[in-house]
Amino acid sequence: MALAVSIVSAEAEVWSGDASQVSARTVEGEIGILSGHEPVLAVLAEGQVRVTPIDGAPIAVDAADGFLSVDHDRVEIVARHAQLA
Amino acid sequence: MGAQLRVYTQKIKSAQTTKKITKAMELIAASRIQKALARVEASSPYARAITRAVSAVATYSNEVHDLTLERDEIRRSAIVVLTSDRGLAGAFNSQILREAGELRAQLEAQGKEVEHYLVGRKAVQYFQFRRRAAVRDWTGETDVPTADLAKEIADAVIESYVKGSADGGVDEIHVVYNRFVSMMTQEPQTVRLLPLEIVDAADDATDGEHFPLYEFEPEPGRVLDALLPVYVESRIFNALLQSAASKQAATQKAMKSASDNADTLITDYTRLRNNARQAEITQQISEIVGGADALGSAK
Repeated sequence: MALAVSIVSAEAEVWSGDASQVSARTVEGEIGILSGHEPVLAVLAEGQVRVTPIDGAPIAVDAADGFLSVDHDRVEIVARHAQLA
Repeated sequence: MGAQLRVYTQKIKSAQTTKKITKAMELIAASRIQKALARVEASSPYARAITRAVSAVATYSNEVHDLTLERDEIRRSAIVVLTSDRGLAGAFNSQILREAGELRAQLEAQGKEVEHYLVGRKAVQYFQFRRRAAVRDWTGETDVPTADLAKEIADAVIESYVKGSADGGVDEIHVVYNRFVSMMTQEPQTVRLLPLEIVDAADDATDGEHFPLYEFEPEPGRVLDALLPVYVESRIFNALLQSAASKQAATQKAMKSASDNADTLITDYTRLRNNARQAEITQQISEIVGGADALGSAK
C-alpha cells in the first residue's frame, strides 16, 4: 500500500502523488511515516519534509510553519509558503 | 456646416471615444476574472486541508479553545470591510459599505461598540470623508491578494480578539465581503469570523473508538493554538480572493453596460445629426428656389 501524499501551500497545490515514505521534523522531533501509520496531526518545525515517491527521485519540501496530518494512508502537508526545495 | 450639425458631430465623437475606453476595460476585466477565479480554485486544497485538520482536533479531542469559545457578554465588535482599491465597478463597493453600515447599526442597537478594519482604498476613502476612525487599514493589494496579506489581517484581528473588550480589544469579529456567485451576481456576505464556528465535522466522528487512536504532536491544545489562527487566516484569504474575483466581474458588467450606453448615444445622436443635415439642405433648396422665383417674376 502506498501513501497518498499531497503538499499544499496557501496559493496552490505544490505536489501530490503516491509515496512509499514521508519523513519530517515536528516540534517534538523527527517523524517517519510508512503505510499503515496511526492517524497523526503534528505541527512542523523548521526544516524540510522529505518524500520518497513510489517512482522517481526523492523530493524535499520547505514547509516552515506548517502541519502534517496522516489519516488512513493519506498524508497532507500544509504550509502557507510550502515549496519544493 | 451649421452650428447644430457641428454640436452633434462633437457629441458622437466623444461617445465613440468613451466607448473605446469602456470596451477595452471590459475586455481587460473579462480576462482578469479567469485569473482571479483560478486563484480561488488553487487556494481551495489548502482551505480544505486546514478545515479537515481543525475538525479532526475538534472531534478526536475534548479540547476547548479560546478562539472557539462564545463569550458571555459581548461589549465590543469589530467589522472587517473588504472593498477594492479602484472603482468603476458598479455597485461593488457601495453595496459592501451599505452592508457594513447596516451591520454596524444592528450591533450598536444591541448595545455593542463597533470598530472597523478596512481593506481597499475605497473603504478608506469612505471613512475618511465621513471622518470616521478605523483601527487599521490595508490598501494596494486587493487586485491580487497574497497569503501574507491574509496573515497580516488575521494576526491583527486575532490579537484584538484575544485581548478581549476588557483590555481594549473586541469580543467578536465579523467580515463583510462580496461573494462570487456567478459572472452576473456578486452578493455581499456577512460572516462572523470569531468566535469560530467549525462547520465541517469529520464524517465518522461519532465512532468513540477512534478517539484514542488519533495522535497529536504536541498535545491537542498546542496543536489548536497553532492551527486555529491558520484557519482564520485561510478564511480571510478565501474572502479576499472571492472579493477580487467579484470586483473583476462587477467591473466587466459595469463596463459592458457603459459600452452599451455609449452605443445608444451614438445611434441617437447620429439620427439627430442626419435630421439637422437634412433640415439644412431643405432650407438651402428653398432659399435657392425662392431666389430663382424672385428673379423670374422681376422680368
